[in-house]
Amino acid sequence: MVRLLVILLFLALPARAEEVVLGLSQSEVAITANFDGSHILVFGAVKREVPIPDGPPLQVVVAVSGPSKPVLVRRKERRFGIWVNTDSVLVDSAPSFYAVATSGPFDEVLTDVEDLRHRVSIERAIRSVGAAMHIRGAQNFADAVVRIRERSGLYKIVEDSVAVDQQTLFRTAIDMPANLTEGEYSTRIFLTREGRVVSVYETTIDVRKVGLERWLYNMSREQPLIYGLMSLAIAIAAGWGASAAFRMLRQG
Amino acid sequence: MGLRGFMLIYLPIAEVSVNAFLLLGLGGLVGVLSGMFGVGGGFLMTPLLFFIGIPPAVAVATEANQIVASSFSGVLAHLRRKTVDLRMGTVLLIGGLIGAALGVVVFNYLRSLGQVDLLVRLCYVVFLGVIGGMMFFESLRAIRKSRRGGGAPTRRKHTWVQGLPFKMRFRTSGLYISVIPPVIVGILVGILAAIMGVGGGFIMVPAMIYILGMPTKVVVGTSLFQIIFVTAFTTMLHATTNYTVDVALAVLLLVGGVIGAQVGTSIGTKMKAEQLRILLALMVLAVCFKLALDLLLQPSELYSIGALGGH
Repeated sequence: MVRLLVILLFLALPARAEEVVLGLSQSEVAITANFDGSHILVFGAVKREVPIPDGPPLQVVVAVSGPSKPVLVRRKERRFGIWVNTDSVLVDSAPSFYAVATSGPFDEVLTDVEDLRHRVSIERAIRSVGAAMHIRGAQNFADAVVRIRERSGLYKIVEDSVAVDQQTLFRTAIDMPANLTEGEYSTRIFLTREGRVVSVYETTIDVRKVGLERWLYNMSREQPLIYGLMSLAIAIAAGWGASAAFRMLRQG
Repeated sequence: MGLRGFMLIYLPIAEVSVNAFLLLGLGGLVGVLSGMFGVGGGFLMTPLLFFIGIPPAVAVATEANQIVASSFSGVLAHLRRKTVDLRMGTVLLIGGLIGAALGVVVFNYLRSLGQVDLLVRLCYVVFLGVIGGMMFFESLRAIRKSRRGGGAPTRRKHTWVQGLPFKMRFRTSGLYISVIPPVIVGILVGILAAIMGVGGGFIMVPAMIYILGMPTKVVVGTSLFQIIFVTAFTTMLHATTNYTVDVALAVLLLVGGVIGAQVGTSIGTKMKAEQLRILLALMVLAVCFKLALDLLLQPSELYSIGALGGH
């Protein structure tokens, strides 16, 4: 089910002392009928022109971000004794999935300034709320997106989950839930020393529905009339077949 | 493919992974109930699908698809026994199609406002509450009456039905009545089918007996005949406007349901009608209570995320 593809990428940036030279990562995740969540494997090697510097060891931060789509967030309020959706705010850029894996405690591997510059942490990555000003506390709506998606495992920071070997080889596995959105997942790898980013490497991972699921999904969107007729025919055939089979089973 | 992979199935339209045996079991359970009580079961299946996390819009549309299939073999049996009033069925159907179209328009409008979940849940609370309560008290009365050894209940005569224009002869039912009441009954059932994902048999059967005065032996076959076409039409409307029919979900529920219905029928023949009805009434009230509780209690999360422009 999981296809591993090897990407070889040589960065021609000689100015850096240390950089990711070899990103060996899973480039595709396939959503199939028995998809119950998967994980992306991200691993690679560090190339350096100089000996390993003294001081604290090299740290690695891996950030995977799903396709960003605007989402409509609704808030419930009590009306006539029952809870009803009332206000709504459009949060105009929120990734469908966002995970950060680090080789140590987040505060230690990345300073606040670097986080601000590269937008790594969840609070920094999910931003720019295009909120209607008449709604009080529009920020609450953006916070709600983060809270709901953190709870369903779509947004997360997993500390100490990147293994770094000899300050040269690193690898991590990022768990992905079953309810994934299709698309290009951009992946960033940061090498840091004392909280400062010394090198950034970017790649994309393709997440797609495959096989029957993809076919059914596309058909339901592109040829809804045929899909509807087919659904009826399949359901009638299945119902009729099951009852006929059961009758035969009881008689025979 | 491991055991875990085998049990979990990814539903392509609902976009959730659900245990396949849970769906088969749910289909089987509702099938047993529908076989025992002679009801379609849609009004129990749809709320159960909400409880396991299927989005309400998908649950409603998919359940309509499932009802078409589960009613199909039933109607064939009734056609063979000639217990379908095709003329009355057609009149009910015309109303039903109008109602279903209206229902889907209302459904899509409220969906764009973000209120469709509320609408569906409210409809369920009201209808399950009313039907469950009526059934409960009616069967209590019937049990008390049968203990006292009273006679059969007499049917009320509805003279206002006789007074309406556009009369038509329905030979199979032995009736000569206006087409207005059956069309109105059809419209109401069609609206329910579109909004609630039910066949509407639980509304239509009493209406046919008490309002239209149809003989009991043709009621079930005729209502099934109407339900098939109305739910098929509803399925098509949902499939083409909302893209919410999940055929994988429908087939799994159906296979469980068909087998469950056979088991349920044989259980049902061994129990007394009043006891069965009290059981069904209690079950309906329990589902209604759970749905009402969800609306009345403060939810743990006040915010919800909705996609733009459909699912």
